[in-house]
Amino acid sequence: MRYRPSTSMTEQRRSVDADRSEHIIATLRQARDTQRPVTISAGGSKRHLAGRDCEYDALDVSGHRGIVDYQPQELVITARAGTPLIEINASLQAHKQMLSFEPPLFEGRATLGGTLACNLSGPARPWGGSIRDMVLGVQLINGKCERLNFGGTVMKNVAGFDVSRLQAGALGTLGVLCEVSLKVLPQPETSLTLCYAMTAAEAVQCMNVRAGEAKPLSGAFWLDGHLHLRLSGAASAVHSTAAQWGGEILPDSEALWAGLREMTLSFFAGEAPLWRFSVKSSAPVTTDFGPLLIDWGGAQRWVRGAHSRAQVQQAAARGHVTLFRGGNRSAEVRSPLNAVEQALQQRLKHAFDPDGILNPGRLYSWL
Amino acid sequence: MIEPLSTKAQRELLRRLRQCLGADSVIGEPESQRPFECDALTLYRDLPLAVVLPNSVAQVQQVLRICHQYAVPIVARGAGTGLCAGAMPHPDGILLAMSKLDRILEIDPLARTARVEPGVSNLSISEAAACYGLYYGPDPSSQIACTIGGNVAENSGGVHCLKYGLTVHNILSLNILTVAGEALTIGSMGLDSPGYDLLALLTGSEGLLGIVTEITVRLLPAPELAQVVMGGFASVSAAGDAVAAVIAAGIIPAGLEMMDRLAIQAAEDFAHAGYPRDAAAILLCEVDGSREEVAQHSAEVARLFNSMGASSLTISADENQRALLWKGRKSAFPAVGRLAPDYYCMDGTIPRGQISYVLNEIYRMSRLCGLRVANVFHAGDGNLHPLILFDASNPQDVIKAQQLGADILELSVRVGGCITGEHGVGVEKLRQMASQFTLEELTQFEDIKHAFDPSLNLNPGKGVPILKRCQEYRALPAQHQHD
Repeated sequence: MRYRPSTSMTEQRRSVDADRSEHIIATLRQARDTQRPVTISAGGSKRHLAGRDCEYDALDVSGHRGIVDYQPQELVITARAGTPLIEINASLQAHKQMLSFEPPLFEGRATLGGTLACNLSGPARPWGGSIRDMVLGVQLINGKCERLNFGGTVMKNVAGFDVSRLQAGALGTLGVLCEVSLKVLPQPETSLTLCYAMTAAEAVQCMNVRAGEAKPLSGAFWLDGHLHLRLSGAASAVHSTAAQWGGEILPDSEALWAGLREMTLSFFAGEAPLWRFSVKSSAPVTTDFGPLLIDWGGAQRWVRGAHSRAQVQQAAARGHVTLFRGGNRSAEVRSPLNAVEQALQQRLKHAFDPDGILNPGRLYSWL
Repeated sequence: MIEPLSTKAQRELLRRLRQCLGADSVIGEPESQRPFECDALTLYRDLPLAVVLPNSVAQVQQVLRICHQYAVPIVARGAGTGLCAGAMPHPDGILLAMSKLDRILEIDPLARTARVEPGVSNLSISEAAACYGLYYGPDPSSQIACTIGGNVAENSGGVHCLKYGLTVHNILSLNILTVAGEALTIGSMGLDSPGYDLLALLTGSEGLLGIVTEITVRLLPAPELAQVVMGGFASVSAAGDAVAAVIAAGIIPAGLEMMDRLAIQAAEDFAHAGYPRDAAAILLCEVDGSREEVAQHSAEVARLFNSMGASSLTISADENQRALLWKGRKSAFPAVGRLAPDYYCMDGTIPRGQISYVLNEIYRMSRLCGLRVANVFHAGDGNLHPLILFDASNPQDVIKAQQLGADILELSVRVGGCITGEHGVGVEKLRQMASQFTLEELTQFEDIKHAFDPSLNLNPGKGVPILKRCQEYRALPAQHQHD
């Protein structure tokens, strides 16, 4: 990200855009000197999601925002970590491009950095990739207060270890993200949604079978006795597939997918703990766990209810479970790791943040 | 620095390895080690203390434990098709050949996954999955021979990356052994993992962090149809503009390849694919998917090529013609290889928009040093493979080829790209790491290496320069040029 072409920056720089990285470095230096850890935040949309609740001195990076470079023909956008995703989406929209991982926008509060740190991707994830898959490069400040660049703005780069993708899901514990470069993709010409009445077990079978066909599938979720399949791509392909597959074509289905992406469907409402299962797409359905939503073609399953860690872990088989929202967030919220794994993750954390000042305890209590 | 073992300790080490693997699977004699002295980048060669060929994960684990005890370097090797000397043996260490671990353990057609051992060849996964209408996405040119373990080590790509991604996008889980022989499973059967994304970190780590013993890959549905549109262009800049036009039209081709004049002529002489010999550049654009999508997109690509001034246009009429058009491209390396005693293949990645400038710079540098260069370019993802023609028996030529190669990599970095898109750093590009990264960044790599391999015995001297080691530190250029 040392390369800044001057010609093709078409977007008007916004007055709120600012490079606050020096301020971030200064704050971190102070944190390091005083041995007082920081809690990194920007839009605050995920403060009580995905990780454990940890409150230290706030490091607010929301002011470090703005699109730094967007080159539609290179399929690459680079923006500061505090940039709201809606701003990025608006720029991409103007060139009929998109973030293929369909991230939640959380009422406009979701930022690029937070989305990468939480590795949050929406319904298109199995087909459009995750934010982790689309990251080409990052600039971050590690726990030694060093500004580092990894990856870049090109599609392929195998020089050095892939530190950029390592940030996905690290919840800011390895570095404060400053800039992120992402691969973007063209928007599909058209989309439509097919709906079928069936049980969860039938839906899992059907999702997997359909995903094995070379058709323009871009979403597959089951809720309340109905499977929804979304097709996106060339109009000719979408319509002929819909004709072949049958099912009821849902009109105005955009709001439904947005509700799934933004977690505003009634399934997500209320205070009951929300568990996220990340499992093999064809894994058998566990029915005795209360309300269930199956997304990502079977690979991501949401469950509501006050279950114990042992109960959910057993149900996850070879996958893993996160207490995504609610419940006891001072206990562990992620699947346990064995001693060898723990030691390795701790050594890796130490390699980036030897003094443990960056979001300590957010991912695991021991990390 | 790694201390070489005493002669006595060497004998003892070999005896223990023979005891564990059987005498047939430990090669100590230099003449029998020759086939293992280098990978496909033959400029760099060395012989190890021994080559070992374990036939099970348990044996790999025993080898690692023994080597850990003696603190000797371990270099893992798949099929030896690598292009950066990443699998070159260490003179004081053990070369761990993974070729006997070559079983496909399980294919799950419903979940579209395959569980395989690291010595399985890339192509054989697709062959085994074909009966289910599935295949494995990444397809490096060496896919007949190269192993999936090697693909993980290098994060290999191929001609279909822009649409289907690299190795890192197409694997779900790895079983690895640490340098001490501890077993770990990373990734999961789901699409992410609970702690740090070690799957991303291990992929492309060139054997520096662990030894991969099992891989679960994702399989993709085989497209109903694929079609190639070939356009000939009178200049590389016209071809570059046509690439931009395809992307701007919102089409993500399955493959989008460019070849320049010397590469076209060599490939045509070799494969008789029907390439226009008079063109300065050709583009091969493959679209795939459902029949309707392919019909729609290939017509659009043909229209775009025409509007961008294509001097010739061919659309594959059937599978035979499509295969023939690809044959020219896929045999470009051996075809160019017939033009000179040796060739040296570079691997920089550049922003697509810079292709015309970069090629013209390469032509200028080529004229200046008197070595011919043929260029094949994964235009879709900006990955350029200049093939420098030289004669390895002429020491002056070797120096010139290496210098030209280094200059091309520096050029790639200067225009906003990187020194390696898919071949890896290995020994070959260790020096250029300092053009792409600052000292702090290199130190961060070193700290990651330490977290996995504190004794620094996994593939030492490759991938990332270890600054604390004086010899490698001296090998770096004195000045770090960064803004």
